[in-house]
Amino acid sequence: MSILQTCSSLVYLVSAVCYVMGVHLMRSPKTARQGNGLSAIGMLMAVVTIVINVLIEGKITTMGWGVLLVGGILGIVYGAVKAQKVPMTDVPQLVSLFNAVGGGAAAVIGIFDYLMKGDGASLSIAFSLPVLLDVIIGGITFSGSLIATGKLSGHVSGKPITFPGARLLNILVVIAILGSAVMMIGFTTNVWYVVLGLAMSLCFGLLMTLPIGGADMPVVVSLLNAFTGLAVAFAGFVINNQVLIIAGALVGAAGTILTLQMAEAMNRSVANILAGGFGTGDSDS
Amino acid sequence: MSEELFTNLAIFVLSLLVGFEVMSKIPATLQTPMMSGANAIHGVVIVGAFVIAAEANSTLFYILAFFGAFFAAVNVAGGYTVTDRMLGMFDRKPKPGNNAGEGDQK
Repeated sequence: MSILQTCSSLVYLVSAVCYVMGVHLMRSPKTARQGNGLSAIGMLMAVVTIVINVLIEGKITTMGWGVLLVGGILGIVYGAVKAQKVPMTDVPQLVSLFNAVGGGAAAVIGIFDYLMKGDGASLSIAFSLPVLLDVIIGGITFSGSLIATGKLSGHVSGKPITFPGARLLNILVVIAILGSAVMMIGFTTNVWYVVLGLAMSLCFGLLMTLPIGGADMPVVVSLLNAFTGLAVAFAGFVINNQVLIIAGALVGAAGTILTLQMAEAMNRSVANILAGGFGTGDSDS
Repeated sequence: MSEELFTNLAIFVLSLLVGFEVMSKIPATLQTPMMSGANAIHGVVIVGAFVIAAEANSTLFYILAFFGAFFAAVNVAGGYTVTDRMLGMFDRKPKPGNNAGEGDQK
């Protein structure tokens, strides 16, 4: 390891400690705000580290900096302004929106690395498996969270949306996802495999969230939040970056426990909620 | 299995266990802020956005890198801001069971 790599790895480790301590502190109302602050400090350290890495390695093109800066600044302004302006009653849908883009970013990383290997290259399963998990889980959370945002804000009907043949369609979509997975693992790279995988996971996210009533949405958002954590962890496998793996797995596991607790607080089981359509429309909430 | 993959897998599994352990029973009022706080943490995907932007070399890759950076930046900036705002509500509210104490009447 070069000095740069060693230092970066150590800083990433410290930032990972900040996330764990942050979650730990957030369990109590007295320390929750410090917890979030600590986790934000960890995030800042990770970002500064990657900026220094990119600068020193110097492989990035001017255009690369351009898209990073424009995309990053637009994102920061949009996210921060939205978060500052939103009325407190509309917070859940905003969290769901932020979760959607997180899943989207993870999926983009998977797609990028798959395409970067080039058309026709043969891949090891150690590379293709994390890529496909990343793209599929990221895709599901992206569309699923957007529908959840819509349901919470009223742009999509809060009533469970079901239609004849939904079950059959679900099965077909799952088969298509599995098919794309087999093609991505077993065959040489081809753009269309990953496009199919992404398109089908987006469909699955829609089909999964639409039949669930608006009143159950917070639990679903929490579950999708845990999914995004896992997608980010797999993105960490893809680009071989440990801070993504640690933070992603942490959110995946903590989010799962939180989802179970939220469902318990509503006297529902997660399986029951996901089955959907049990008279949980807005009128009942 | 390469050494690198094994290390990553070990880190992944142990981090999952830490995630399960660090999350004990939390009060219902903290569930939404906790969800939002965890949501902000997975914004660390922005590190990945930098990694792919550093490798991009064609129009398609620049477009992907742009969306990666934009999405991740929204996640990080928005996630931490909104969580902090939510938790700020707790600071202003008097603590339950402790409100209208003698201190207020003097």
